[in-house]
Amino acid sequence: MRKAAYLLAASVLFAAVPAFAQEAITIGFTASQTGALNNDSTAQMRGIELWRDDVNAKGGIKAGGKSYTVKLVSYDDESQNTRVQQLYTRLITQDKAQFLISPYSSGLVATAAIISEQYGKVMITTGGALEKTYRLGNKSLFQLYTGGNQYLAGALQALKEKNPKPQIAFIYEDDPFSKAVVAAVREMAKKDGDAVVTDESYAGSTTDFSPVINKMISAKADALLGGGHYADGATLARQLHEQKAGVKWVTLLVAPDSPKFAELGDAAVGISVPSQWEPEAAYKPDFGPTVAEFTKEFTDKYKIGPAYHAAGGYAAGLILQHAIEKAGSIDQAKVAAELNAMDVTTFFGRTKFSNDPKEHGLQIAHEMVLAQWQKKNGKLVKEVIWPKEAKTADPLY
Amino acid sequence: MIGILASVIDGILIGAVYGLAAMGLTLIWGVMNVINLAHGAIVVIGMFALYLIAHSLGLHPYGAVPLMIVFGFVVGIALYWIGVHRMIGRSELMSLLSTFALNMVLIGLGTAWWTTSPYNVQVSMPALSWRGYTFTGTHITAAVLAVVIAGLLYLLLYHTRIGKAVRAVATNREAAELCGIPTTQVLAMAFGLGVALAGVSGTLIATMFPFTVLSGEAYQLKSFVVTVLGGLGNPAGALMGGIALGLIEGLATPFMPVSWIPIVEFGLFVFCLIAFPRGIFSFSKA
Repeated sequence: MRKAAYLLAASVLFAAVPAFAQEAITIGFTASQTGALNNDSTAQMRGIELWRDDVNAKGGIKAGGKSYTVKLVSYDDESQNTRVQQLYTRLITQDKAQFLISPYSSGLVATAAIISEQYGKVMITTGGALEKTYRLGNKSLFQLYTGGNQYLAGALQALKEKNPKPQIAFIYEDDPFSKAVVAAVREMAKKDGDAVVTDESYAGSTTDFSPVINKMISAKADALLGGGHYADGATLARQLHEQKAGVKWVTLLVAPDSPKFAELGDAAVGISVPSQWEPEAAYKPDFGPTVAEFTKEFTDKYKIGPAYHAAGGYAAGLILQHAIEKAGSIDQAKVAAELNAMDVTTFFGRTKFSNDPKEHGLQIAHEMVLAQWQKKNGKLVKEVIWPKEAKTADPLY
Repeated sequence: MIGILASVIDGILIGAVYGLAAMGLTLIWGVMNVINLAHGAIVVIGMFALYLIAHSLGLHPYGAVPLMIVFGFVVGIALYWIGVHRMIGRSELMSLLSTFALNMVLIGLGTAWWTTSPYNVQVSMPALSWRGYTFTGTHITAAVLAVVIAGLLYLLLYHTRIGKAVRAVATNREAAELCGIPTTQVLAMAFGLGVALAGVSGTLIATMFPFTVLSGEAYQLKSFVVTVLGGLGNPAGALMGGIALGLIEGLATPFMPVSWIPIVEFGLFVFCLIAFPRGIFSFSKA
């Protein structure tokens, strides 16, 4: 009799357990916790982690009548392509990640994309603007960032408003992303007949920019467009200031968007950066947090304001979540179909992926702004100076 | 024209620091026939020493220079006894391997401690401007200090008994031993001196540019080029060679994309190896 009672109790418990069991969905990515890309990659990772915390606090991703807790598996890719290759393979084969988010920076995204496509896993890319990656015949890549070809278009337009006949210097990092961005703006400048007086690329590990700055001074350039990522961009900005290069317009890629750039003090004033997102953006989201909510939450948690890298990280998770919830399932094909059909606005801006098989996953709706460091009441702040509809201050020239 | 002159001057300033770095390499090479493949790692130690001293001890960055000389000397002697002592007199391959291993260990420790992320020490010095070109105060100070340290080394080697002992051991170790010179101790000191020079050049470089644990490699390569230009075992030649290399870099920069400069440098390196195997400034061995 007793035995039967125990058996009954046990079977009831066993029946009850599945109702309380929370399934987990594993999302894998790598972040450059060490190496030259460390600064911005950490911001991106924090964005992703903040999203995970928010989602799990609300009970997880809800799809097909089930709730899935988000489990993130990430590794340090040391800013190296070889590590990205090894680690994404590991994420897929050993950690059994069901969905992937990309590493930060176009070069590493390209490598991760090879692996994710090999295994047919859906990967949301953030922190990677290089367009070529999506033109190699992929099926499961989805790009969040506006493509690199657009990066300096706004900067050139804003510059021409202040100076219709600029003497332009292109000084940029010798990596796929920066080269593609400058190639695009070089075409635009050529079409407009603008004078390009210096055109030099430098190795990403360069720390001595005085030779190239001297060359720029000799060429009497009055506008500089270029840079690369944080480490070289910050060093270039610092040395431009130390050498009193006297260039009236400086737009550098990536680096000036990080809050850490303010450490340069006076060297930062007037430097503009093409940005995927700024906390002053006026987007009204269809779902997820508003711009103000995200900014406040991030600042409260990490004691530093979010730049676009962090916003992109959060948005990557948010978009993936939305696709899974709309698909009602975690099946790769169904989620991919939802992503292909998506046209939504989040705090990050509008997101729509190209379905053209020649450039699948390319971001075709998101827009960039140009931000500039200015001094307001003695403090360094970042203002949006372009496009005119989004601006919060006039450009400093 | 002015642009070329400005570029050349800048090149010479940096060249003096290259020369200081190479002096450490060439001294060790000339005195004990050891090619120190840990040279780059020691330059990096000098760089991080500046970071630690400036940030933790709150000293003025240039205060790190004399500290690094002393610290480098002590570390050099220690490294000598750990990795180099038993390789003296053996085949050159053994000391190459030994210092290579030392390099791996040092870089490995450095990476574990500081990772490969970039570090920077902000040093502000008044700059010199001329006709639109500016020579930063840090570049000028580093060059001046490099020449001063080279001068001190010269005084040490040619006007002190210890220096005489070092030169004696470099010329003929057995004869020096027969004269009563404690050659092993002299070798240890010479290694210490070489490491001190390499380390302090790292400290000076760190006042000018940001750095990572891996930054030493580039300077090690340049030091080899300078050593070949200046002659093995000839510290004065190393300084000259460094300045010459800086001059060449400065001269070439206005005429070609900056990314081509290493091609010029190393092309020159190969040419010098073939045409002047003893070095351009070498008058005699040691």
